Amino acid sequence: MTAVSQQQKHFPALSALGACLLPATLSGCSSAPGFLDPQGPIARAQLGHFWFVVAMLAIVILPVLVLTPLILWRYRYGTSRAAYRPKWELTLWLDILIWGIPILIVVILSVVLWRQTHQLDPYRPLHSDQPPLEIQVVGYDWKWLFIYPEQHIATLGQLIVPVGRPVAFDLTSATVLQTFFIPALGSQIDVMNRMQTTLHLLADREGEFEGRNMQYNGDGFHEQRFTARAVNAQDFARFVADTRHEGIPLDQHNYRILARKGSTLEAAKALGESVTLPDDPLVRFSAVPDGLFDAIMRDAPLDWSELSPTTGGSATSAPATPHDTGGETSNPSASAASTTITTQGESAS
Amino acid sequence: MSRTITRHPGLNLGPAHDDDATDVREELVFGFWVFMMSDLIIFGMLFATYVTMLGATAGGPTPHDVLDIRPAFTETMLLLASSFTFGMASLALKYRQGRRHLVGWLLVTLVLGLAFVGHELHEFVSMFHAGYVPSRSGYLSSFFSLVPLHGLHVTFASLWLIAILFQIAVYGIDSQVKNGLLRLAILWHFLDIVWIGIFSLVYLGGAA
Amino acid sequence: MTVTEILFGRLGWDALPFWHMLQNPTFKSVINDLIASGAGLMVVLGALVVVAGVSWLGKWGYLWREWLTSPDHKRIGIMFIVIALVMLARAIVEAVFMRAQQAVGLNGGFLTAEHFGQLFTTHGTIMVFFMGMPFLTGVINYVMPLQIGARDLSFPVLNLVSLGLTAAGAALVMVSLVLEPFSTGGWTGYAPFTELSYNPGAGVDYWIWAVSLSTFSSTLSGINFAVTIYKKRAPGMTLFRMPLFTWTALCTAILMIFGMPPLTVATGLLALDRYLDFHMFTTDLGGNMMNYVNLFWAFGHPEVYILILPAFGVFSEVFATFSGKRLYGYTVLVMATICIAVLSFTVWLHHFFTMGQSANVNAAFGIATMLIGIPTGVKVYDWMLTMYRGRVRMSVPMIYAVGFILLFVLGGMSGVILATPSVDYQVHNSLFLVAHFHNMLIPGVLFGMLAAVNYWFPKAFGFRLEERWGRRAAWLWILGFMLAFFPLYVLGMMGMPRRSVSFTNPAYLPWTVIAGIGALVALAALACLLLQLWVSVRDRDHNRVFAGDPWDGRSLEWATSAPPPEYNFPVIPEIYGRDAFMLEKDGGTPFQAPTQYQDIVMPANSAMGVIIGAAGFAAAFALTWYMWWLVVLSAVVMIGAAIARGFVRTTHYVISADEVRRTHEYWLREVEATTPIRRSQEQSGANRGRAVPPVEGAVQ
Repeated sequence: MTAVSQQQKHFPALSALGACLLPATLSGCSSAPGFLDPQGPIARAQLGHFWFVVAMLAIVILPVLVLTPLILWRYRYGTSRAAYRPKWELTLWLDILIWGIPILIVVILSVVLWRQTHQLDPYRPLHSDQPPLEIQVVGYDWKWLFIYPEQHIATLGQLIVPVGRPVAFDLTSATVLQTFFIPALGSQIDVMNRMQTTLHLLADREGEFEGRNMQYNGDGFHEQRFTARAVNAQDFARFVADTRHEGIPLDQHNYRILARKGSTLEAAKALGESVTLPDDPLVRFSAVPDGLFDAIMRDAPLDWSELSPTTGGSATSAPATPHDTGGETSNPSASAASTTITTQGESAS
Repeated sequence: MSRTITRHPGLNLGPAHDDDATDVREELVFGFWVFMMSDLIIFGMLFATYVTMLGATAGGPTPHDVLDIRPAFTETMLLLASSFTFGMASLALKYRQGRRHLVGWLLVTLVLGLAFVGHELHEFVSMFHAGYVPSRSGYLSSFFSLVPLHGLHVTFASLWLIAILFQIAVYGIDSQVKNGLLRLAILWHFLDIVWIGIFSLVYLGGAA
Repeated sequence: MTVTEILFGRLGWDALPFWHMLQNPTFKSVINDLIASGAGLMVVLGALVVVAGVSWLGKWGYLWREWLTSPDHKRIGIMFIVIALVMLARAIVEAVFMRAQQAVGLNGGFLTAEHFGQLFTTHGTIMVFFMGMPFLTGVINYVMPLQIGARDLSFPVLNLVSLGLTAAGAALVMVSLVLEPFSTGGWTGYAPFTELSYNPGAGVDYWIWAVSLSTFSSTLSGINFAVTIYKKRAPGMTLFRMPLFTWTALCTAILMIFGMPPLTVATGLLALDRYLDFHMFTTDLGGNMMNYVNLFWAFGHPEVYILILPAFGVFSEVFATFSGKRLYGYTVLVMATICIAVLSFTVWLHHFFTMGQSANVNAAFGIATMLIGIPTGVKVYDWMLTMYRGRVRMSVPMIYAVGFILLFVLGGMSGVILATPSVDYQVHNSLFLVAHFHNMLIPGVLFGMLAAVNYWFPKAFGFRLEERWGRRAAWLWILGFMLAFFPLYVLGMMGMPRRSVSFTNPAYLPWTVIAGIGALVALAALACLLLQLWVSVRDRDHNRVFAGDPWDGRSLEWATSAPPPEYNFPVIPEIYGRDAFMLEKDGGTPFQAPTQYQDIVMPANSAMGVIIGAAGFAAAFALTWYMWWLVVLSAVVMIGAAIARGFVRTTHYVISADEVRRTHEYWLREVEATTPIRRSQEQSGANRGRAVPPVEGAVQ
């Protein structure tokens, strides 16, 4: 299906080994250990590549680990059984061997590295029969805002993505350097003020995965996490519709609260959301103005006069793709009350 | 263990100047040259940073607005002339043309060096008056982190030159004064080369 | 502006570590401030004890003449190492606090985020700039001139200045415990987090000036070492006859000369941003933080090899000596060292694969990084082949060396994993990375330097270090390292970020607990090391090795007395081959009296190191707290001292040939009276520093 999952066939055995072996040694873990239990093709290919590198390097490293103790024992001081050549300092064929083998291994690793780096480049769109979902990510101290530009909604604390559909992230930071990362799905990427980075990910299983900032940015750094939740297409459509309907508007007032220094939890409380620990809170925003992401990248402080508040798909200035606006036609009131609960219930299973 | 030939970068004084400090001289001047190479990395890094910041004008003045090639050209001439006069001073030292020659050329060098610094300061002041201050944009910051650093070097070199002139007044042209002058010569010509880099990259590049 | 503000700048009562606790006493603030105040108290008490002790012993004059102003490279080397050991102790304690915090860090812990941030910043800054750098600078300072048959470094007074600057930087980091806070920006100090708008306090400024002082010091040391090796080798000591340690010292020196300036630029520009409102790395008005990252790692990667290469040199000497055998593949090892040094400038980008470059760039830098693995792998096999067909004595330096080989290859493996961009995207910024570089630096640098101390201590002080406590320390370091850092690999693969004060995933907990135990074991290792020193000093008469060759050494430093006279060699030796001293012993001609002695000219004492160091400290402290008058005063003192130095004409003094002859003849008589021992008696009191002559093929 995707280019990445084809690539992953290069090391199927290794991936399988990695998938069973390490989690087994980590028995007793209550929650999924990210990278070691990949939930998408990128992370899976990365794990495969990881084990491939380990296996190749074992060729050089195992002899060191085995032979060093043997040499130490055989040539220990006081023995009379082994040879002693105090002036021996070079044997040509040995030297060719100890240069040759590492060179060979590095050549092999380099070829694979070159191909894999291109295959798994976070900027490379994932080939799929479904169009990618665009999400814009903005890093704050110490929380993440996820903007769904085509749907004109945004969330804080939880990232909801449809399963099996590629997600194209555009990312920036409203403050200092941060790093956006969902280990179970794939690559991390830095986000920087006034600059945009890009990331493509795909979840191929429903579930909840931990997401994080990986780059230290102050006192609240350890709290800057979120839950990435992969849900099926119907639930995603329902989520979009409900958010439009029930979300709080992302206007100047609420944005100011959001951008204030503090954790997701603090922002959620300040925005009047009810919070149930220990889950990451989900704050839903509706009426996200067009071009908010670009405005954040462009000016500080944000010039709200340039941003026109929009609702639903009525925006004209937005380059919204026509074929997707989630559950625009579904009846919002029918499922309104139970959105969050439904998605949570499903992902828990 | 005195060697008959000293070998080090820059002008070698030759066997006529051999004395008890000859061994030290080779190491001192070579060591100072290595220090200059290390300093060159600093300038290299600043040049590279400057180039990456050319576009970072933040809506403020562009290189074309900021840079005036005329004062820079005058500064270039002053510095090149000072390098020439320092070269004459070095020759006066090597061929023992007498204290008056040496001190005369050194004084001319000093005046040219100070004139360079003064002219550059004047240029900066007029830039400040025009509102071209480092806090205006990343581009101006990178300009003011590169060019004044060179000026600061010239200032310190001039200070060193004054100190050596006083040393000559106190001790005459002894081996330590010679060692000092050989190193200062390297610094002086080095600053000339760096300035040529600045003139070409910053000023000519900005005028283009 | 009040007088107080002019005098003390922004320094106020709130800089005291217990101020916050008094103002706002909560459970957590009291605990954190008590810890911080305890640390501050240790600094104050430590300084008082030193001052009182020296006064009580009446040793100020001795300290001033024989140490602080002595241009002797051996004294300066020892002082560098003393700084390194003091700073090592502090940084290890900080590591224990961090590991303890994470061991109880599930949803909380006892440290505040701010305190934790300061801990990992000072820990990293100290371990790199004030433990690693002074340690290797000290060892090179001590050993290298002896190995090449020189009397001193090329620029002895400059050497004092280097020492003064490092001491000033270390003192600044220590003072930050009493007058808080230090930076929370990590040892890398990434902008824009360290910019004024995000970090207005004094912390980042402490960091900038401490690091800058260390950088200047290292640049000057690098120049000094390189010029010494190029210009001061004994006659016959061609480059390819130099001991391997000297080769690594040369490569490290060159890396210092060219690797340090980018850091000077990075911290300098950051200072311009913070002090003069520049916009180099800010988030607004065109600042670009990527420049900072590039500049920092243009220094940062060569720095890694500045740290590790001297350790490679130490291990090369240790393996050869304690295997009773020539170093296998000397030329190859030299070539590999040069390869590593050159390649180290070409890989800086692998520290930020995730910053959004194109796949081509990432792949190219990934491959360049893996290339370094080749010469490094070759080195490991050369060391194994050095032991092969030798007679290996598992003395303390050798335990460190073997521990190094076995652990270092694992670090190399994780290094290649991190060099692979597609995998780095998963483990970057995680504890996997932390585990990796500790896996290189602890078995590499720390074990290397501790092996060097155990190996060359008898040369420096005239008596061997006690062996039993040394072994305990070595084994505990190895065990402590494995317990503390192998779990971090697992945690990193589970996605746990570095620099987290606490976490919510209970799956992390068992591993952080194991790592915490490991840190305690490392603390025990430090205690054993101190006990080893104490016991050795106590029993010094039992372990004297005045004859100077306790390990049946191979290179020139073993051919002189222990401790050596200040001029090292009464007559500069002629060199006829590699392993110069072993050649003499093989030929049956060690310990020859020369036909004629000559006067020796030695550099005179100088207070320049103390003056520049003190003024440097004052300037840095004043800049940190905005005491502008003191900044100006310190600058005037520094420039004035430099100018005044130019007017000094008595920079040398002469030791008469007669005195040299008397000293040498006394030593030769003592050597004659010393019973040569076989290697089986190496650890016994019978070892007075003379070895039985080696015989080809014989198993001693």
